[in-house]
Amino acid sequence: MALNDNEKRATPCVGLFVTCVVDTIRPSVGFAAVKLLEDAGCRVVVPSQTCCGQPAYNSGDRANAKAIARRTMQAFADCDFIVAPSGSCAGQLAKHYPELFADEPDMAMRAQAFAAKCRELISFLVDERGMTSVTATYSGLVTYHDSCSGLRELGVKTQPRKLLESVEGLRLLEMEESETCCGFGGLFAVKYGELSGAIVTEKCGHVVASGADTLLAGDLGCLMNMVGKLQRQGRRVKAYHVAEVLAGMTDAPAIGEPREAMK
Amino acid sequence: MSGSVTTPRFKQNAHDALGDARLQRALGHARNFIPRRGAAVERLPEFEALRDSARDIKNHTLAHLDLYLEAYERKVTESGGFVHYARDSAEACKIFLDLAKARGAKSVTKGKSMISEEIGLNQAIEAAGMEAVETDLGEYIIQLRHEAPSHIIAPAIHVTRDDVEADFRKAHLHLPADRDLSQPEQLLAEARGILRNKFLNADIGVTGANFLIAETGTSIIVTNEGNGDLTQILPKVHVVIASLEKLVPTLDDAAQLLRVLARSATGQDMSVYTTFSTGPRRAHDPDGPEEYHVILLDNGRSAMLGTDFEDMLRCIRCGACMNHCPVYHQIGGHAYGWVYPGPMGAVLTPSLIGVAEGGQLPNASTFCGRCEQVCPMRIPLPKMMRHWREREFERALSPATMRYGLKVWAFFATRPWLYRASTDLAMRALTLLGRKKGRFSWLPLASGWTEQRDLAAPQGATFQAQWRAKSGATQ
Repeated sequence: MALNDNEKRATPCVGLFVTCVVDTIRPSVGFAAVKLLEDAGCRVVVPSQTCCGQPAYNSGDRANAKAIARRTMQAFADCDFIVAPSGSCAGQLAKHYPELFADEPDMAMRAQAFAAKCRELISFLVDERGMTSVTATYSGLVTYHDSCSGLRELGVKTQPRKLLESVEGLRLLEMEESETCCGFGGLFAVKYGELSGAIVTEKCGHVVASGADTLLAGDLGCLMNMVGKLQRQGRRVKAYHVAEVLAGMTDAPAIGEPREAMK
Repeated sequence: MSGSVTTPRFKQNAHDALGDARLQRALGHARNFIPRRGAAVERLPEFEALRDSARDIKNHTLAHLDLYLEAYERKVTESGGFVHYARDSAEACKIFLDLAKARGAKSVTKGKSMISEEIGLNQAIEAAGMEAVETDLGEYIIQLRHEAPSHIIAPAIHVTRDDVEADFRKAHLHLPADRDLSQPEQLLAEARGILRNKFLNADIGVTGANFLIAETGTSIIVTNEGNGDLTQILPKVHVVIASLEKLVPTLDDAAQLLRVLARSATGQDMSVYTTFSTGPRRAHDPDGPEEYHVILLDNGRSAMLGTDFEDMLRCIRCGACMNHCPVYHQIGGHAYGWVYPGPMGAVLTPSLIGVAEGGQLPNASTFCGRCEQVCPMRIPLPKMMRHWREREFERALSPATMRYGLKVWAFFATRPWLYRASTDLAMRALTLLGRKKGRFSWLPLASGWTEQRDLAAPQGATFQAQWRAKSGATQ
C-alpha cells in the first residue's frame, strides 16, 4: 500500500541496513536499532542484504563496488529511509554511492536520489524523528568515541551525547582526542596491522585515562578494534554500540566478552 | 632528491619508525600543531569563507595557468629578472649550475625550499664543487645530519634538543668544547653566529616561493627566522626555485591565501616575515641582489592538470594534513620514503615518481578524513588517495592476495541468498569456537587482526537469519 506524504512522515518505512559487521558479529545491535526506530514511530523492514561495498571501493575495485551498490539500491528501493547503525556504512551509501557512479549519468541520478534517503541511525533519530530522550538505564561511567566517517561525513557529534544524557544512571566522561581516528580503517587494520596497532594503542590510552568503565561508539568496526586492543592489554573496559545502551539492551555480554563474565 | 627513494619499502620504514624510541619521543611535538591551529581558526570568524575563496582562487589560476604564466614571465622580465622553465629535476639543476658556474660562484646560501629537496639541488651543488648552506635552522640541523626534512614546514621535527647539541658539538669544532649548550637559545645563538658569515660570503642566494604573483612578477616567501631575507638580499644573485602551481593572479589573491596559510600551518595569524621580491635591486634601492632569476619547475605537474589529481595542485604546503594525520603521528615523515610525507605526500608522490613506486602511500591511510577537514584549500585528499588505489587495481599493482580475496568476497556479496546462508553457517561455527572466551586471541585467516588485538566472537546466528526466523519471512 502506498503511503501519502503525511502518512510517511508519521510512520515512515525505514529499511534497516544492518551492516555486514553487525549482521555477522553482533546482531544485538541490529535489534537495538529496530527497537529505537520503532520507538521513534517508524515501520522497520529488513530487505535481504550483504555489505555496502566499502571494502571493494576503498581497495580501488570500482567494478565490484558498483555491482554491490546496484544490488543494495535495488533491495531498498521501496523504503522511505535507509538507516544504518554505522557512520561508515551510512557514509558509503549517502556520500560515496553518487561518487561511485559519477561516470554513469543515469545511475548517478538514481544514486543521488537513493543517497538522499540514507541516514546514520542516531542522527536520524534525533535530527529526522525529533527524538530528545530515551527510556533506558545503564549504570556506569561511559566515554564516547566519535567515529571518523559519522563525524566528518555525516555530522554525527551532538546527537548521541544528547540521547545518552537521558539514560538513567549513566555518566559521560569525555576522553581526550575523542575525534582522533582509532586506527581501524576497514582493511587498513589488517593490511597495515602494525601501524593500526600503534594508532589504537594511543587511542586506548585516552580511553583508559578518561576513567570510564564503558566505551561507546556508533560503529562496531571501531569498537571491535578498540576493545580488542583493550582486552589484549588486559584492561577491564567494556564496550557496547551506543544503540544498545540507548535501547536499554545491554543484557547481552559486552563486545568480545563471554556469556557469564563481567556482569 | 636527497638520498634514495625508499617509498616502496614503506611498511619496513614504518616498522623501523615505530621501534625507534628516540624518534617516538620527538614526534610528540607534531601533535602540538593541532590545538594551535584550532585556536587560530577560532579567532577568525570568516575562516571557512576564506577557505572557499582560497580554493576558488587556485582553481581559477589552474584553469588559466598558461595565461598567468605568460603574464608572470612578462612582469618578471619587465622588472629586470629572468624566468627559466625546467621540465624536470635534472633540467632545473642544470639551469642553476650553469648560472652559478658562469658567475664563478663558490658558496650558495639557501632559504627553506621543498622544491630544492625535490630536485636534489644540494647534492647537485656539492657535486659541482660548490658549498650549499641551509640557513633555516631546521634545515641547517638536518643538513649537518645528512638527512632529508621529515616535515614540510618543520623539517627537523624528528630531532630532539639533545640530538642538536650533539650535532653542533660534532660540527662546530672551532668553538670551545666546554661551552654551555643546554638551552635552546644557546643552540640558536650558535647557529646564528655561524650562519652570519655564510650570509655575508655567499655568491648566490636561493629561495623557494610560497606564491608567485602574475600581476606584478613578485615572489613571496614566508618565514619565521628572517634567514630568507638575508639569503635573498645579501648575495649578488637571487635565484627563486618554484613549481608552476605557486602562481596566483593578483596581490589581493596572495593576501587572501596568506590569511589561511600561517593559521593552518603553525597556528600563527601571520608568519613573522612575509617577504616580497620583485626583480633585482633598482637604482634607488638601498640593497638587494644585482640579478634576479626564477627557475619554474614542472616535473610532472602540468600532466596532473585535467586529471583526477588536479585538485592537488591547489596545495600551499601548510602541513596541516600531516599535523592532523594519525599515521604521520606514529611514524613521522622519513618513513614515507621521498620528499613529501603525510596525506599530501601520499597523493603527490605517486603523481611525481609514479604509482608503481609511490603506491604504498595512498594505501596507508585509514580514510579518517581529518586531513580534508583541516586543509585550507579544501583538497579532497582521501578521495584522491582512493583514485590512486583504483589506478593500482586497474594496473594489477595491488597485492595478489588482496585482489583474490576481494574477488571471492564480491562473489558472495553480490549474491544475497548465498551470502546469508554462508555467513550464518560460518558465524554459528565461530560462535561455538569462541564461546568460552567470547573472543579470539588467534584465528587462522584473521592473523592480520589478531596479531595486534583480540577479535570479538560472533553472538550466534546472523541478524538476518534471526530476523527472518522471527518474522517468518522466507525470501
